[in-house]
Amino acid sequence: MKIEQYTPAEERLFYVLLALGGLVSAIGLAAAYYMEHFGHAVTGMTNQVFWGLPHVFGIFLIVAASGVLNVASIGSVFGKKVYKPRAPLSGLLAIIMLAAGLAIIMLDLGRADRVLIAATHVNLTSVFGWNMILYPVFFGLVGLYLWTLMDRRMNAYYKAAGFSAFIWRLVMTTGTGSIFGFVVARQAYQSAILAPMFIIMSFAWGLAVFLLVQRSMYSWNNMVLHPAVRQRLKNLLGTFIAAVLYFVIVYHLTNLYYAKQVAFEHFILVSGGIYPVLFWGGYVLLGTLLPLFLLYHPAIWKKSGAVSVAAALTIVGGLCQLYVFIIGGQAFPLEMFPGMEVTSSFFDGAIGTYVPSLPEILLSVGGLGIGFTLTVVGVRVLRFLPQDDLAMLTDAGYLHD
Amino acid sequence: MSERNQTEQDSGNGGASRRNFIGAVAAAGGLAAIAPGIHLVQVSQARPAGEGASKAVRWGMLIDTTKCASGCNDCVKACATENGINETVKDARQGSQWIRKIDIKEVKTGTTHSLPMMCQHCANPPCVDVCPTGASMKRADGIVLVDRHICIGCRYCMLACPYKARSFVHQALTEQNPEVPRGQGCVESCTFCVHRIDKGQQPACVETCTQAGHNAMLFGDLNDPNSEIARRVAQVTTTQVRADLKLDLGVRYQGI
Repeated sequence: MKIEQYTPAEERLFYVLLALGGLVSAIGLAAAYYMEHFGHAVTGMTNQVFWGLPHVFGIFLIVAASGVLNVASIGSVFGKKVYKPRAPLSGLLAIIMLAAGLAIIMLDLGRADRVLIAATHVNLTSVFGWNMILYPVFFGLVGLYLWTLMDRRMNAYYKAAGFSAFIWRLVMTTGTGSIFGFVVARQAYQSAILAPMFIIMSFAWGLAVFLLVQRSMYSWNNMVLHPAVRQRLKNLLGTFIAAVLYFVIVYHLTNLYYAKQVAFEHFILVSGGIYPVLFWGGYVLLGTLLPLFLLYHPAIWKKSGAVSVAAALTIVGGLCQLYVFIIGGQAFPLEMFPGMEVTSSFFDGAIGTYVPSLPEILLSVGGLGIGFTLTVVGVRVLRFLPQDDLAMLTDAGYLHD
Repeated sequence: MSERNQTEQDSGNGGASRRNFIGAVAAAGGLAAIAPGIHLVQVSQARPAGEGASKAVRWGMLIDTTKCASGCNDCVKACATENGINETVKDARQGSQWIRKIDIKEVKTGTTHSLPMMCQHCANPPCVDVCPTGASMKRADGIVLVDRHICIGCRYCMLACPYKARSFVHQALTEQNPEVPRGQGCVESCTFCVHRIDKGQQPACVETCTQAGHNAMLFGDLNDPNSEIARRVAQVTTTQVRADLKLDLGVRYQGI
């Protein structure tokens, strides 16, 4: 078997990227150590807003990890040929993003040194407890799936493995959405719609990440994605973005239907300061309407970079959406005495404030660095560059001329 | 017996002084037996060491808000002293509060109430449901606790608690009460002063409230029909906060 050698420029680029990713990861780890040493007093988190920026980034990565596998699933489970060459990269990114997301969440624990207790204890009434089972099995199934794709002797089993991983990722994201959906105490959560909403969010965010990684890899290899494939993928991203918007609208309408939730909705959508700004400006405008415009404008989507910008905006919108959902949901006070004005030394009845501190920001970005570093190494070692076969595309009906 | 009498007679004066000595020892011993006896009135309900908490008991608290004055913080101070919550925090929002006073005002009528709020010791505690390590647990006698030695500090229980009853320790602690272990990076909440209850004493907040003459807090076994709390709960209308959640609370309020 002939292995293509890297050019000196490619070698240099690899090591520069590796060093960059390593540096960002190291800074993130140092920030985690700093938080662990001095306690969460050095963060912006409080006893009202106790899940902060690390949770926004960590949960984003965990949700997107499930979604990025969608690309492989469309190929293996639904038999779409154009997606098959992308399956290995899709699987690799799924494993890496889940690892990076979990790294952030675990490094933010008050006692990260005790994480093995959680891994070895089973509490089936805890959604976190389910996740202790869901995540390792996901790693295993996607690993198995990659094996069936890469090893000719195992090729016969790739459909079964792909199907198992597909089902499991749906279960896993149901679990992530249910972390909030099963919380009865808070106005922002306690909704059955959160599980399917998280699944559709995973589709959009995962595909957006995939498109950006694919675009970067193609650029570094001086390759251009075939317009027919590009069109197919951008339409899929557009559909997912629109579907997320649909779920978000239904989620808020459901809340507005219940009179007791109106105050919360007013807070999130109108009067809550940073949260309405991030919701309307970050999620709706930047993360939804602008990408949809870029993806569906008949002239613009064909321009170089338009799909990538739309993908990047989808990610920005997703982070804004999670920030509003996770932090805004905690900032709104618990309603213990309906119809009463409440005050206390523990800030009952008051809107919680939260400003992320530098260590939290560095830990969050460090998690992205861990994902980036693993991706750089993974795609180089495993050579998972998606390559389209023109004959296959013609055969699949993507090329008409 | 006769042999011993003979010996005492033989010893003459020496025997008399020994009798005096034995008498003195017996008197001292009796006094020693009586003195703890006074204490035993209190510890008579104490559980023998090594014996597990009983399911037959359901510890609970009844708070009469009509007797709880706004601005009075006696229970809060007693809790802090008893449980060693004495750390200085830079940001008040990061400080632990196991019990706090809440002032509520009905928007339409302007009626006001003041009441202490703490862990409600639910029979169906959401914090225990969500805990991934088993650190959040409910004892057989209904007391909800956090095992500070296996808590990983994920704060999921804080998200799940409808009463904002839990605090996360944001910094290193010193000068702790050995009976009440606390620790940086762990979640904590009101224990009903479990270390006192197991010795047959009242929770510190209740004891202080009673000693100060407020009598706004009553503690006891809800399962014991002869206990004062069970009788009061049977006689007066009491409220469980967020009763809609059906968590079956150990803490009940009267007057709101």
